[in-house]
Amino acid sequence: MKTDLYQGHDYYLMDELLSDEHKLIRDTARAWIKKEVSPIIEDYYERAEFPKQIVPGLASIGGFGPYIPQEYGGAGLDQISYGLIMQELERCDSGLRSTSSVQSSLVMYPIWKYGNEEQRKKYLPKLASGEFIGSFGLTEPDHGSNPGGMVTNFKDMGDHYLLNGAKMWISNAPFCDVAVVWAKNEEGRIWGLVVERGMEGFTTPETHGKLSLRASATGELVFDNVKVPKENLLPNKSGLGAPLGCLDSARYGIAWGAIGVALDCYDSALRYAKERTQFGKPIAAFQLQQKKLAEMITEITKAQLLTFRLGQLKNEGRATSAQISMAKRNNVDMALKIAREARQIHGAMGITNEYSIMRHMANLESVITYEGTHDIHLLITGFDITGVNAFK
Amino acid sequence: MKILVCISKAPDTTAKINFTDGNTKFDEAGVQYIVNPYDEWYALVRGIELKEANGGTVTTVTVGTAADDPIIRKALAIGADNAVRIDSEAKDAFFTAKQIAEYAKSEGFDLILTGKETINYNGSQVGAMIAELLDLPYVSLATDLQIAGSTATIKREAKGGKETVQVSTPLVLSASKGLAEQRIPNMRGIMAARTKPLNVVSPADVTPLTETVEYSLPPEKGGVKLIDPENMDELVSLLHNEAKVI
Ligand SMILES: Cc1cc2nc3c(=O)[nH]c(=O)nc-3n(C[C@H](O)[C@H](O)[C@H](O)COP(=O)(O)OP(=O)(O)OC[C@H]3O[C@@H](n4cnc5c(N)ncnc54)[C@H](O)[C@@H]3O)c2cc1C
Repeated sequence: MKTDLYQGHDYYLMDELLSDEHKLIRDTARAWIKKEVSPIIEDYYERAEFPKQIVPGLASIGGFGPYIPQEYGGAGLDQISYGLIMQELERCDSGLRSTSSVQSSLVMYPIWKYGNEEQRKKYLPKLASGEFIGSFGLTEPDHGSNPGGMVTNFKDMGDHYLLNGAKMWISNAPFCDVAVVWAKNEEGRIWGLVVERGMEGFTTPETHGKLSLRASATGELVFDNVKVPKENLLPNKSGLGAPLGCLDSARYGIAWGAIGVALDCYDSALRYAKERTQFGKPIAAFQLQQKKLAEMITEITKAQLLTFRLGQLKNEGRATSAQISMAKRNNVDMALKIAREARQIHGAMGITNEYSIMRHMANLESVITYEGTHDIHLLITGFDITGVNAFK
Repeated sequence: MKILVCISKAPDTTAKINFTDGNTKFDEAGVQYIVNPYDEWYALVRGIELKEANGGTVTTVTVGTAADDPIIRKALAIGADNAVRIDSEAKDAFFTAKQIAEYAKSEGFDLILTGKETINYNGSQVGAMIAELLDLPYVSLATDLQIAGSTATIKREAKGGKETVQVSTPLVLSASKGLAEQRIPNMRGIMAARTKPLNVVSPADVTPLTETVEYSLPPEKGGVKLIDPENMDELVSLLHNEAKVI
């Protein structure tokens, strides 16, 4: 891949709303990506492999649990900082951001919020440093949008729990050291369990043939009579609300991440349009191309405003799940549309791996599906404003 | 070892360059500043490496206003121990050097590092002036610096090759590409920078020696003419008559 020429775009001077530290955190993530990840990402994407060697670097720039308190190895940063890091990671590749989102919001977050002190001390510092990679098992082969219907279950055997079932489409599964697994107890109530690699009966086969999110590893979590120590149950929250609370945090990060993808596509398209000459003029001089570019920056700017405000609400602990759904849905859809338009601006070059656009576009097909599909988020908004549940 | 690193701001390379006040002032509107790369990537990082190897402290000094605090925090995040900001705009090279020399003269630094130039003004004067004002040896354009006891062995760029010199400390040195490798701050560094001291001191009474009477931009780049490789005569004639380079 050629040199990463990316530069951010800030049409409404949103940077003025950020602190100096926010900007330093963002620029640090950007510099690290340009140096360490941009040169290799296309290659790993094509090989359908996660570049594991970047894990320590990802940890050092705050990619794992930046908002987790420092006493547990996190950086104790605010939600805007978290969002900015996600934006920069996804600007490079959605798979990179996925690894980071899963570790931060789906593994560290539940251990921090629903775990006890021993569990926090045992797992969080290792997850923050990248020594441990985590995964999050909610989705099952027959239960995607409807996770409440899950069949994975555990029985109380007196001195341990016996876990059975299977999770599918699990990011980081093939090489995870720990998995936060959601399963029903004998009364049918959902609890989170920390399952560790090496526990007998626990396997993580990789899912092959993905044409999207190829630089992130996806697999299954299979539990065949796995004996889970009782101290591995997350004691402080149960019910579907527990995994949904994690999803709120991850979806919030995706809302920022999608802006990163849109910015990368726009940045590339703008540069290409000014440089590429046809009919004696740069194609940026034609009205049709200007319409595309102008609409892109308009949509990006709207998303930046929406998401920054959401970040403020999240910092104050006031962001609702429905507000987060709206931002995730809007921003991912916006990014996908921009990726498609940006690809056209690049003409034939746009279909090659010289540019990141096709990779982004393919990645976004996963992003628009996981963490609640585009449809499901609309139903969440519909439910929120009408009070009528249209899911079932 | 007590090390001082001079840190200056420079506009981000993507900044649009405009002037105001009848072309006598750089228009700062909308310009993002970065740490001058020669200061950050080479001078600062080599200073930190020497401290890591031999112990001691790395202090940064900046002649600038509060608007420069973000770049100073970045230097602290990369690994400097503390920072001093001399609270004034940097008016010209002599003004800047004199301010730094006034601050440094009673501090007993073993090593004062600067970048070889800033990427906006390219003056290359401040380091040499500090050395003169403090009556210290000065080595410019260093690409390698080793310290053993009180002897510094320095490789420096010379036309078409390298020169190796030995100097005893204290000394002033300007850093060129190769002196160290760029370090990207990490989260621990960024958090530590929050509480590292940034002391703001009043400027000394110094009168600048120069005054900018006009800035002008280079002429816009013309279009590119492609000439058929078969057509050497045309190429030669264009280079001779139009570009007037041969
Ligand atoms: C690359 C990748 C990584 C993933 N990583 C993880 C992970 O780490 N952990 C994890 O637990 N899961 C993960 N997932 C799973 C993801 O969350 C699910 O795929 C998602 O929730 C959708 O479930 P499904 O694929 O079963 O689709 P389904 O639920 O079968 O949906 C199919 C279609 O039907 C629509 N639909 C469903 N219900 C309704 C309804 N009530 N009304 C209207 N339309 C409806 C959907 O919108 C969709 O268009 C990942 C998925 C992918 C692709």
